[in-house]
Amino acid sequence: MKIGLFIPCYVNQFYPNVAIATLHLLESLGVTAEYPLNQTCCGQPMANSGYGYLTDRCNTLFFKNFNSYDYIVSPSGSCVLHIKEHLHVNGFEDESHNLSKRVFELTEFLVDVLKADGIKSSFPFKVGLHQSCHGQRGLKLSQMSELVASPFSKTEFLLKEVKGLELIKLSRKDECCGFGGTFCVTEEAVSVKMGKDRVQDHIGHGAQYITGNDVSCLMHLEGILKRNKSRVKIIHIAEILTSEK
Amino acid sequence: MRKTETPLSHASLAESFNKDEQRVNWHDQTLWFIREKRDKAAWQIPEWEQLREVASTIKSNVLANLHEYLTAFEKAAINNGAVVHWAENAEEHNKIVLSIIQKHKASNIVKSKSMLTEECHLNAFLAKNGVDVVDTDLGERIVQLANEPPSHIVLPCIHWKKEEIGELFHQHLGTPKGNADPQFLTGAARKHLRTKFLSSSVAITGVNFAVSETGEVVVCTNEGNADLGVQLADVHIACMGIEKIIPKRRDLGVFLRLLTRSATGQPITTYSSHFKTPRKGQEMHIVLVDNGRSQRLASDDFRNALKCIRCGACFNTCPVYRRSGGHSYHTAVAGPIGSILSPGWDIKKYSDLPSASTLCGSCSNVCPVKIDIHDQLYKWRQEITKKGNSPKQKTILMNIMNLILSHPVLFNLAGSFGRKVMKWAPSVVNNRINPWYKQREMPEPPPQSFTEWYKKNNNGKP
Repeated sequence: MKIGLFIPCYVNQFYPNVAIATLHLLESLGVTAEYPLNQTCCGQPMANSGYGYLTDRCNTLFFKNFNSYDYIVSPSGSCVLHIKEHLHVNGFEDESHNLSKRVFELTEFLVDVLKADGIKSSFPFKVGLHQSCHGQRGLKLSQMSELVASPFSKTEFLLKEVKGLELIKLSRKDECCGFGGTFCVTEEAVSVKMGKDRVQDHIGHGAQYITGNDVSCLMHLEGILKRNKSRVKIIHIAEILTSEK
Repeated sequence: MRKTETPLSHASLAESFNKDEQRVNWHDQTLWFIREKRDKAAWQIPEWEQLREVASTIKSNVLANLHEYLTAFEKAAINNGAVVHWAENAEEHNKIVLSIIQKHKASNIVKSKSMLTEECHLNAFLAKNGVDVVDTDLGERIVQLANEPPSHIVLPCIHWKKEEIGELFHQHLGTPKGNADPQFLTGAARKHLRTKFLSSSVAITGVNFAVSETGEVVVCTNEGNADLGVQLADVHIACMGIEKIIPKRRDLGVFLRLLTRSATGQPITTYSSHFKTPRKGQEMHIVLVDNGRSQRLASDDFRNALKCIRCGACFNTCPVYRRSGGHSYHTAVAGPIGSILSPGWDIKKYSDLPSASTLCGSCSNVCPVKIDIHDQLYKWRQEITKKGNSPKQKTILMNIMNLILSHPVLFNLAGSFGRKVMKWAPSVVNNRINPWYKQREMPEPPPQSFTEWYKKNNNGKP
C-alpha cells in the first residue's frame, strides 16, 4: 500500500507540526507515507472565490504529485473535499476522477481504511471538538444536527480512546466558526463574530483546548483567542493522537 | 442621500449591523431558538428524511412537466369560475393587479403575505398609482408602518424588539407610550386592521400551493388574515409564481407537514385555507408570474432553486444570516435561498450575495425540499466571475495567488519570504489594511516549513 501525504499549503507554511504529527501518527500505525516535494495547494482558495477557471495548474500539479499512490491522506477535511468535488484534469478525466476517490481526510483514513483502534496517546485535558463544516457535512465525518438520523462521529471515536482526555459538551455542536476561506477577510465583521461566538461556547464549557480536523478553522479561532489573551489553545487532532503527555 | 459609486454590499451592510454586538447576539439567539424548535418538530416525525425526499421528488416532477401542470391548473381554475392571468415579468404582474383594482374603482385594499408581490415591488407601484395597500399579516404590517422591507420571508419583523414595536404603534396607532406588552399590541393591531378589512373591496393574497388537479390555491397563515380579507372583499386576487404548482391535492399531505415544521417548528399552520370557487357575486383572479423562472428552469445548475416553498428554515439555520440581519442582503428574499435566487434576477446588483456564505452546508440540510443551496452558492460564484462581475482587485489578487500556487519553487520561496517578513518585520502584515489582523492575531511564523523539515529529516527523498 503506497500512501502519499498531502499537506495543505498553509499547514506546510504555518503549522508544520501538524504535518509532522500526521506523518508520525501514520508511522506509529505501521504505515509509511511519502511526501511528494512539489506539492503546493489544492486550488480551493481560488475556486471558492469564484475563480475555479484559474485552477488548472493546481489540478495538474496535484495529479502529477499524487496519481501514483494507492491512497492520499491529508490532515484537512476542507482541502480533501475540494479535491473530491472539483479535481479535473483535461485529457485525464477518468484518471483524475479515480484519483479524487483515493483521497482521504486523516481521521476517515484511520477509521475507515486502517480500522485503527487502540491508538496509544495521552492528553489529560478538557477538550472541545470544533467540527469543521467541510469535514462534517461535506465528507460526513460525523452525523449532522440538522438531520433526523442516528448519531456517529469518526473524530469522537478516536478522541474517546485518548487517555485522560475529557471531551466537553457544547451548546451548538456543529455551528460554523466563520472561517470560510476568503470569507474570513471579505466578510471580516461576520466572520469574526461567528468565531467569537464559537470560542465563547468552548470557553463557557470549560475547554482548555479546542481541537478539530481542519487547521484553517483552528487558525481563525486561534487568532481570536490570542487577540483576547485567552489561555485556551488550539490543537489539531493529529497532535492529540501522537501526544504522550 | 449621496449616490455612492460602489453598489450596496452584504459585507459593508453586515459590518454596520455588527456595530451593536448585543443586538447581534439577540438576533442570533432569537433565530437559533426557532432553528431548535424546527429540530424538535422534525425529530417527532421518524420518517422526516423520507418526507423531504418525497417532497423534493414531487417538485422534480413538477419542474420536469411544468407546462402540463400549469395548463391543467388554468383549465380547472377557469372551470371553477376564476379568471386566470399570465404575467411574463414583475411589470406585467403589477399592471394586471392594478387594472383589476381600477376596474372595481377601489382605492384601499388589503393584502396578506406574499413574497411574490415583494419580489415585484407591488406595494410601491400601487402607491404610485393612488392605491393604498395595507399588509394584514402582523409582521408585515409592522415593517410597513416602519417603511421598511421585511427582513425575513416568514418572520418579516424578526429584527424588531417588542419595545420598539410599542413605540412604533404609539406613533402610528396611538397606543399608550411605553406599552410593549405583546398581547396588548396584537389587540391594538387587530382593531386597527379590522377597519381596513371592513372597508376593502379587493383582497390580495399570496399562494403557498396551487393544485393542478383541482385548480384551487392554498394559502397558509397563522393569523387567518388571508381568509378574513378574501371573505369580506368583492374581489380576490391571488398572486403566485409559476413554480408554486403541485400535481394533486393529496400532495399537500407531504408539503403541509413539512412547511411549518421547517419554518417555525409548529406541526401545521393555524389556517391552511383552500380557495377554489368564488362565492356568488365575488370575482376571483389568479395571476401566474414567470419573472425569470422559465429561464432558471432551463439551467441544470440552478433549476432546483424553483423547488423552494418559502419556509425560511435556511435563514434560521444560517450562521451568517443570524449575524448579519435580513436587510444586509438588500433584496426581497434574503438569506441563503435569496442569495441563489437574486443573482438570477440581476447578476450585477447581487454579485456579492453568493459570497455572503461560508459554504457550511447547513442550509441544504434543513431544506424541506432538499435544494442544494450551498452547491448553488458555489456555482453562482463561478458564474459571477465568468460574467465579469467580480471586483477587479479581487481578480488581480486571485491571479497573483494562482501564479504562486501553480509553481512549487515560487511557492516555497514566497512561503519562506513571507514567514521571514512576519518574524522580522511584523508590521508589514500586522496593520490596519489587513482585514484578518483587525480583530485576530496572525499565526506565529514557524522557523521552517514542513517541506524544509521533511527534506532535512528524510534525506530529501519523498
